[in-house]
Amino acid sequence: MKLSGAEILLKALELEGVEKIFGYPGGAVLDIYDRLPFAPIKHYLTRHEQGAAHAADGYARVTGKVGVCFATSGPGATNLVTGLATAQIDSVPVVAFTGNVPTFMIGNDAFQEVDTVGITRPITKHNFLVKDVKDLADTVKKAFHIARTGRPGVVLVDLPKDVTREIADFFEEEYKTPVQIRSYKPVLKGHPGQIKKAAKAIASAERPVLYIGGGTVSSGASDLVVKLAEVANIPMTATLMGLTAVPGNHPFFLGMLGMHGTYAANMAVQESDLLIAVGARFDDRVTGRLKDFAPNAKVIHIDIDSAEIGKNRAADIPIVGDAKLVLEELLPEVERQVAKNREFYNVRQKWIMKVKSWAERYPLWYEPSDRVIKPQFVIQKIWEVTKGEAIITTDVGQHQMWTAQYYKFRYPRQLVTSGGLGTMGFGVPAAIGAKVGRPDKTVFCISGDGSFQMNMQEIVTAVHHNIPIKVAIINNNFLGMVRQWQGIFYDKNYSQVHLDVQPDFVKLVEAMGGVGLRAERPAEVEKVLKEAMAINDRPVVIDFIVDREEDVFPMVPPGGALNEMILPSYGKEKAKKKAV
Amino acid sequence: MDGHYRKHIISVLVENQPGALARIIELFSARGYNIESLNVGHTEDPTISRITMVAKGDEHTIEQIVKQLRRLIDVFKVRDLTDKKKLDRELLIVRVNVETPEKKDEVKRLVDIFGAQIVDVSHDTYTVELTGDEEQVDAFLELIKPLGIREMARTGRVAMVRALQGETFGEESKH
Ligand SMILES: Cc1ncc(C[n+]2csc(CCOP(=O)(O)OP(=O)(O)O)c2C)c(N)n1
Ligand SMILES: [Mg+2]
Repeated sequence: MKLSGAEILLKALELEGVEKIFGYPGGAVLDIYDRLPFAPIKHYLTRHEQGAAHAADGYARVTGKVGVCFATSGPGATNLVTGLATAQIDSVPVVAFTGNVPTFMIGNDAFQEVDTVGITRPITKHNFLVKDVKDLADTVKKAFHIARTGRPGVVLVDLPKDVTREIADFFEEEYKTPVQIRSYKPVLKGHPGQIKKAAKAIASAERPVLYIGGGTVSSGASDLVVKLAEVANIPMTATLMGLTAVPGNHPFFLGMLGMHGTYAANMAVQESDLLIAVGARFDDRVTGRLKDFAPNAKVIHIDIDSAEIGKNRAADIPIVGDAKLVLEELLPEVERQVAKNREFYNVRQKWIMKVKSWAERYPLWYEPSDRVIKPQFVIQKIWEVTKGEAIITTDVGQHQMWTAQYYKFRYPRQLVTSGGLGTMGFGVPAAIGAKVGRPDKTVFCISGDGSFQMNMQEIVTAVHHNIPIKVAIINNNFLGMVRQWQGIFYDKNYSQVHLDVQPDFVKLVEAMGGVGLRAERPAEVEKVLKEAMAINDRPVVIDFIVDREEDVFPMVPPGGALNEMILPSYGKEKAKKKAV
Repeated sequence: MDGHYRKHIISVLVENQPGALARIIELFSARGYNIESLNVGHTEDPTISRITMVAKGDEHTIEQIVKQLRRLIDVFKVRDLTDKKKLDRELLIVRVNVETPEKKDEVKRLVDIFGAQIVDVSHDTYTVELTGDEEQVDAFLELIKPLGIREMARTGRVAMVRALQGETFGEESKH
């Protein structure tokens, strides 16, 4: 079949199973957009290319499928950059297509020309510049394969305009044959010897902890990790990216670890003699002062990316492989080992009791109020009103950490948040992508007054395409997280964090065609949330006017060890308790 | 981590494609590693290039470099050849001052000893070409330095594991 480059691209997308894409047109992609109406693909026109990238990312995170976005050359491509970097660092499969100037003009500083592959090389898993229409189909096929296999990530395909116009042969059958990339063969199965060793270590440890990362969620290993914990009585903690692997109310679950982790999670890790890291990468926000992280623990490190193993913390038992495949092998092995050891459950019970006592003594806590709305209270109410079932997206800041702490997730892929890059402005467009991917779910974006203003134009996208997302702005009139640091570590020198001039978010959202609501008193919170839940034909944004100087606790100060947490005051009666 | 800080010679087989070399070089700058020398050329298969690079670091850093290189999609094989039995060569071209007959004799003598060659001559300079391992090249340069070096170019090292050592490059897979 003879097709133009644009047609080949769209046909290839169709064969990849792509149904929904996010993008923004421009000169260099005119030929693609010209053919788009004839393809069985729904295109969501965002109001900024960054929004398209985040939406593709959100779509991918909730569905597990590859997210796709389009942008034109030059400014279109550079506008994608933050979105692609955000997805890449959180290992989200996204394929981005950018137009570029025609091949014969490349390198001439032509109108709207940038070196897109050069700019995006460090923030993608791989990228391609297609110089000949004959290579196009094969390149698209490789791009999808690379994005979704191994450690998932971002692949960008740059398409000079002439490549999208020229004609070439396209054979559907040929496209469907398996991809061959001779230099790329990810290791998926764990080494059996290492798995045996790990099982032995798990059965003989006294104080093991499961440290669960985003790789667990993305490989579909969530249920297996929980099962492993249950079979071998192991307390679990998760990173921000791994939170949804474990049901929030699981008796062995200690919540998040790290800088704003729970007391129990951080202490359990510090006191452990065996740390079982599954799809986690020992990020500095997790470990605190690295040399004092889990100082007495042996480490089992399961990861699909061998470069993560030993990068920050040496592993005693490294296992390179897909978390799901490794756990499928590990689980029966652990069951066998545990069955051999009669003493096992007694020894383990002591550890579980100890960990539980930490959780009881120093739970998450905030001073309740019936005068001002506490931000944590809003999150708890959102949880109640959505019955814990909503897909939650967040922006970045205090509200993000409170969401991680107070929303008890029930199922994998339920939280969509920028963990690695910490990208303000992620929440709203990611919610759009999430809702497009999972229209059956309530999608709630928990945002901040600062973050919301970084991509609020995407509310118009939601109105345009009838995407009924809900947004809660936790409005503290501050760049709260930065204010918190200035408060604790810079002597309360609040420099450029006060958002003195703020739009009227209710009017603003109304002007964009959405519904704007506001709550200023604790008593109004539930009412307004219920009101929002009843609206299903338009986006709703609720402006929650909250306590302005609430801080996130616990907090491990930068450079501190995990056990050096600053704890909340616990009101008057517990005021004297201090972290050990 | 490991305080043992030394030069490593790393050999990389990579798709001969635009972007592949850029990706490797950018990886070094992005992750803060230093490359001391870098050499690129075809292998027996023109679609595959061999990159030989010398990098300084402790064991942990070098291990990271190797692993990070292996992650790249275009990279087939990465191998740290430092402690392997290998052929390890570098090409030097150097132009030295020889304004006096004594200097001319001295250069000829050194060229003889090192098995080098004089490849270009002017009335007051000799241009010498030398192939050898890094130590030989360094030693040669050390000896001719007092005569006055006008200009020089070194290729950086290229290396290959010796045959009949029970292992060749090809036997070790990417992961
Ligand atoms: C794009 C971007 N710019 C700057 C920052 C640094 N930063 C981290 S949190 C934060 C404050 C966020 O304020 P807001 O959205 O109101 O959330 P809050 O902390 O008040 O809940 C800032 C500026 C960032 N993470 N991302
Ligand atoms: Mg704020």
